[in-house]
Amino acid sequence: MSAAIDKRRLFAMIAKETRQILRDPATGLIAFFLPILLLFLFGYALNLDSTHTSIGIALEDESAAAQSLAGAYQNSRYFDVHMARTVQPLRDMMISDEIRGIVVIPQDFGKGYARGNPPRVQIITDGTMPNTANFTRSYAEGVLQTWLANEAADRGTSLEPPISLSLRFWYNPSLQSRMFLVPGAIAIVMTMIGTLLTSLIIAREWERGTMEAMMATPMHMAEFLASKIVPYFLLALVSMVLCTLLAVFVFGVPLRGSIWGLLAISAAYLMPALGQGLFISAATKNQFVASQVALLTGFLPTFLLSGFLFEISSMPTWIQAITYMVPARYFVPSLQSVFLAGDIWALIIPNIGILLLFGAGFFALCIRVTKRSLD
Amino acid sequence: MGGALKATIIKEFWALLRDPKGRITLVLPPMIQLVIFSFAVTLDVNNVDVAVLDRSGGSASIELIQQIEASPSFDEVKLLHSMEEVRRAVETQDVIAALVIEQDFDRDIVRGQPASVGVILDGRKSNAAQIVGGYLTRIAASTGAVVSGSPLASREASAPINWFNPNLEYIWFNMPSLLVIIVSVAGLSVTAQSVAREREMGTFDQLMVSPLTVPQILIGKMIPPFCVGLFNGTVYLIVAPLVFGVPFTGSLALFYLGLSAYLLSLIGVGLFVSSLSMTQQQAFLGSFVATVPVILLSGFSSPVENMPGWLQFITYGNPARYFLELSLGQFLKDMPAADVFGLLWPLLLIATITISAAGWLFRARME
Amino acid sequence: MTGDAHHRDAVARVSGLSKNFDGAEKPALSDVSLEILTGRVTGLVGPDGAGKTTLIRILAGLMKADGGEVEVLGGKPGRDLADIGYMPQRFGLYEDLSVEQNLQLYAEMRALPREDHDETFARLLKFTDLDRFRERLAGNLSGGMKQKLGLACALVKTPRLLLLDEPGVGVDPISRRELWAMVQDLLGDGSETGQMGVLWSTAYLDEAEKCDTVYLLSEGELLFEGDPARLTGSVDDRVVRLTGFEPRRRQVLTRMLDRSDVLDGTIQGRSVRLLLQDKDALKGESGFDVTPATPRFEDGFIERLGGGPKGTSALAERYRRIEPGSGPAIEAQGLTKRFGDFTAAHDVSFSVPYGSIFGLLGPNGAGKSTTFKMLCGLLTPTDGSGAVAGHDLRTSGGEARAALGYMAQKFSLYGELSVQQNLNFFAGAYGLKGSDARAAVERVTDIFELGDRLRTDAGTLPLGFKQRLALAAAVLHEPPVLFLDEPTSGVDPVTRREFWMHINGLVEKGVAVLVTTHFMEEAEYCDEITLIYRSEQIAGGTPDELKAEAAQMADLDDPTMEDTFIAMIEASDASRQESEAA
Repeated sequence: MSAAIDKRRLFAMIAKETRQILRDPATGLIAFFLPILLLFLFGYALNLDSTHTSIGIALEDESAAAQSLAGAYQNSRYFDVHMARTVQPLRDMMISDEIRGIVVIPQDFGKGYARGNPPRVQIITDGTMPNTANFTRSYAEGVLQTWLANEAADRGTSLEPPISLSLRFWYNPSLQSRMFLVPGAIAIVMTMIGTLLTSLIIAREWERGTMEAMMATPMHMAEFLASKIVPYFLLALVSMVLCTLLAVFVFGVPLRGSIWGLLAISAAYLMPALGQGLFISAATKNQFVASQVALLTGFLPTFLLSGFLFEISSMPTWIQAITYMVPARYFVPSLQSVFLAGDIWALIIPNIGILLLFGAGFFALCIRVTKRSLD
Repeated sequence: MGGALKATIIKEFWALLRDPKGRITLVLPPMIQLVIFSFAVTLDVNNVDVAVLDRSGGSASIELIQQIEASPSFDEVKLLHSMEEVRRAVETQDVIAALVIEQDFDRDIVRGQPASVGVILDGRKSNAAQIVGGYLTRIAASTGAVVSGSPLASREASAPINWFNPNLEYIWFNMPSLLVIIVSVAGLSVTAQSVAREREMGTFDQLMVSPLTVPQILIGKMIPPFCVGLFNGTVYLIVAPLVFGVPFTGSLALFYLGLSAYLLSLIGVGLFVSSLSMTQQQAFLGSFVATVPVILLSGFSSPVENMPGWLQFITYGNPARYFLELSLGQFLKDMPAADVFGLLWPLLLIATITISAAGWLFRARME
Repeated sequence: MTGDAHHRDAVARVSGLSKNFDGAEKPALSDVSLEILTGRVTGLVGPDGAGKTTLIRILAGLMKADGGEVEVLGGKPGRDLADIGYMPQRFGLYEDLSVEQNLQLYAEMRALPREDHDETFARLLKFTDLDRFRERLAGNLSGGMKQKLGLACALVKTPRLLLLDEPGVGVDPISRRELWAMVQDLLGDGSETGQMGVLWSTAYLDEAEKCDTVYLLSEGELLFEGDPARLTGSVDDRVVRLTGFEPRRRQVLTRMLDRSDVLDGTIQGRSVRLLLQDKDALKGESGFDVTPATPRFEDGFIERLGGGPKGTSALAERYRRIEPGSGPAIEAQGLTKRFGDFTAAHDVSFSVPYGSIFGLLGPNGAGKSTTFKMLCGLLTPTDGSGAVAGHDLRTSGGEARAALGYMAQKFSLYGELSVQQNLNFFAGAYGLKGSDARAAVERVTDIFELGDRLRTDAGTLPLGFKQRLALAAAVLHEPPVLFLDEPTSGVDPVTRREFWMHINGLVEKGVAVLVTTHFMEEAEYCDEITLIYRSEQIAGGTPDELKAEAAQMADLDDPTMEDTFIAMIEASDASRQESEAA
């Protein structure tokens, strides 16, 4: 075994690996089909903004005011309204998931309103889905407030509160969850290629007996690892560019940062992702076990613990501690920023630093476990 | 041939339980998912940091800041001194929101004029930002009532109530949904491995030259994942009320009926994938590709009605959609039998289709 | 030193080598010493699990020895890897790369100068006759071609030490013979390659005979070293052939093996071949003629191991007597299988009566597996029909499958299930219920001495026990027909004899057996053979008839079964070329 890395051997190994990538059906599936599937699912299926909700109105009062309020709900573009006289039939509809909320306009609403002291309108939500319940309640309250303000304006009084907030949502003024979900999906795709796909490749060499033949050549183990990293690194970047094109041109996600910012943070994330995949592969030497471990330590944490979908600060402290060990935690916010906010180097550079450290750690582990020995 | 079927079923159980790799898929993912999911998955927003740029500095603005600090939803309130600092804090995600209180804020309050505060929210997390916006609006309203000295100018015009989950506990939604997900993931991966493993181990031919018929072989392969699914479901049924305090209001019989129908339809999908795969590797990838849409289109991550129409149409073919509704209904809503049956027949229809398709493919791929 | 036949360098030297694996009962190697000289083929011989692969891996620097001295190319193993050619058991080929891409990869890995690439590849591809398949993916090559490509990759830069780990496993006799000739070519020309030393490991004892020096390993220990002729010589005049007897040959063999002065015996066509304790053991006995036979390396090996198993099969004794039906046990009529444009088997017909063994022989990929699979119901014939125990495979496949016992080439029981669980499953799968099933499992447990290992995972059994278990599972339901697909590849000769002792006994009870094999010695056990080549039946008959035909065809004197096989294939090739030319 020669001590130095030989450029010729390295290129030959990279060429071999690239040919295998191009022939392996798993590559096409994970690097191209799955990204498109994921992007479409996250772009379309995962919509956290309730734009159209079915509710019921229990109109217990027949007064003109009550009718007018019910009309306000019916005219709202947020709601599909089912009318009823009492709550009971609406409750059954809520149980069978036909409506998400009920607005009860009580019996003496009209009388009280005429006296300037209307009884409270009751807003009942289906608590089984808390996020939807919150949105339904906010929208239902909003319609009521607007109706009250309009009524007050008609009578020449103002209902403005002493302190009001004017909310401005930076980076995503139209508040579409797709804007942050699609970049998050790209992080998942990169994890799939970096960790899941690469976790299979050294294990495959062990299973097929080619590892043994390679180890009996003068190959340097560093060359071997490098030959695995380079092609998959490029493959992941190609897939990332594909995803970015889809994100921008199909899903209308803006790319406010530069392509360089995007490449820099993606390249930095691929270090720990590839390192982790190779480490799993070299440590398990079995494709099936490797894929399971990659799923549990790569895919799931990226999905759950990166802050992509679920707010890290809301998690229990001990889980927050775990999230610091998840490379995607540093990648997802940077990626969302590059797309929605721009090249915020103050955010990106520290994250790149941390990702490179993780990468170095994984590669060190890889070199430790990839021994040139069958013992 | 009762003996032959029994022998096949016993063999499949042993194959599942004695294979160390099989045990990994059986035990580890559900455990880890139980722990991480149940705590990490929440769309609630708590303990977030906000920033305040107070250019007014009067008693009203201080009152507002104190009210925010006192709220359990917020962790730290960072006092900043320039718009530049505000921009930086939001940009680097130091804070999710920043309040900008202008110089004339206290003056307006004193004069009894409506005062306004600008709030910048991080749209990169639009969901959390909207919720934070809601929190801040409520705090502003109550602060307004305090500082203006009047009773609420517009007193609460509505009384919100949440049925089935009065405090909107996220875990009440999470556990019944998680049950669906775990059952799906385990059911699909266990079934998908079964035929592929025989092919890879070289036992497939041995099986095919025995007098066992195709239905016997397939039933043998269906029973263990079915039992694994029932077991996982039962674990959640016990853990959810005992550990997480999630009520189970419905009927156990209806719940198990739904679970069984769901498992049958899943196992059909799993067997289909397995019959298609030549190696365990392909079976794994196949079950992964099948699992992702099953979960994302179930209504767990976001409600089905939020999806575009064409996608909602596709979800009618997804068995998880029906079972998620059934599980939530049985846990929280005491869903009556009539509604349950409305969800059962699509499940059984899907099961019939997927299992027949798997049987057909199994025969077709024998050569 | 070129041309100096007497002075040879050692390219590798091993002394007192030992190696242990965690959790193993016995050391993989204990106190093994060996020397590999230039210009010679050093044979490393022994059954699976003897320690051959471990020794080769230590020489290639892939494993560390626990004790003893190892010197490779004058230094530590693993130092001069560029000068070592290594062909691992599965050939080390990338199946998703083409033939040429595999060669290129290994050429670059071993730093073959670029300007030499074209010439070297051309030479190696011509040498291995793979030139036509340059662009073909290695995964789509036949077993024999993979083996040759594996050798070409190991030779891409002429090594000083060539390590070949069981290059003949699963490969037909023709390919094995060609590979052997290639290696001889490399050593024979006295040029640069003449300074190469070759270590050839094999489980085929007939290959050992051809080596210049042999190291015989068994369970990690050296049983013999030196010129194979020396081991063969030790049994020189004690190997005899019995002919001219009245009773069935299997009965004669059984009777002979039961005698204490007979160490070993096999069937050879119509005759029985015996290894005697003493050359005069059969003197003065009548009922047969005794002629001396050529001793083999295997005879010496069996003697070193203390002789073969005795003659009477406990399995057969407790087996039900099969009452022959009206028709043949197995019948193939015009079986044809096409996969798209490709015809894998064409118009194959034969019939096997009860109480006989029928052999399907042929090179890899010739169509014998296809035929075999059609007859046991794994493939549906495109044309023609097959029947097992009178049940047509198309109309009553279930009954046909219930009537046959099946034992496959690779160990194909459930490795992660225990022995007991495997047996229980197969008893159930073959329709045995309750007490019948228990009795059947107890019977085979007893016969095959599996009692101590009932709880062991089948996958961790030693190979010999796996083989017994596979046979036990196949005969639980006492089927009238047995299908054996390369049943003994890789097992040691003693276990193989034990296996055939059972099969011979079952045949005497009326069982019909269909067998495929690459061991030509096993073909001798058959009552009738059909030879399949290029999807067609090219010859058929008893072993003796085939040998006589081949002797005439190729002008051979007393050909072995392997000679016969090769002669017939060559004749078929020749006549095909003629008709193509015409």
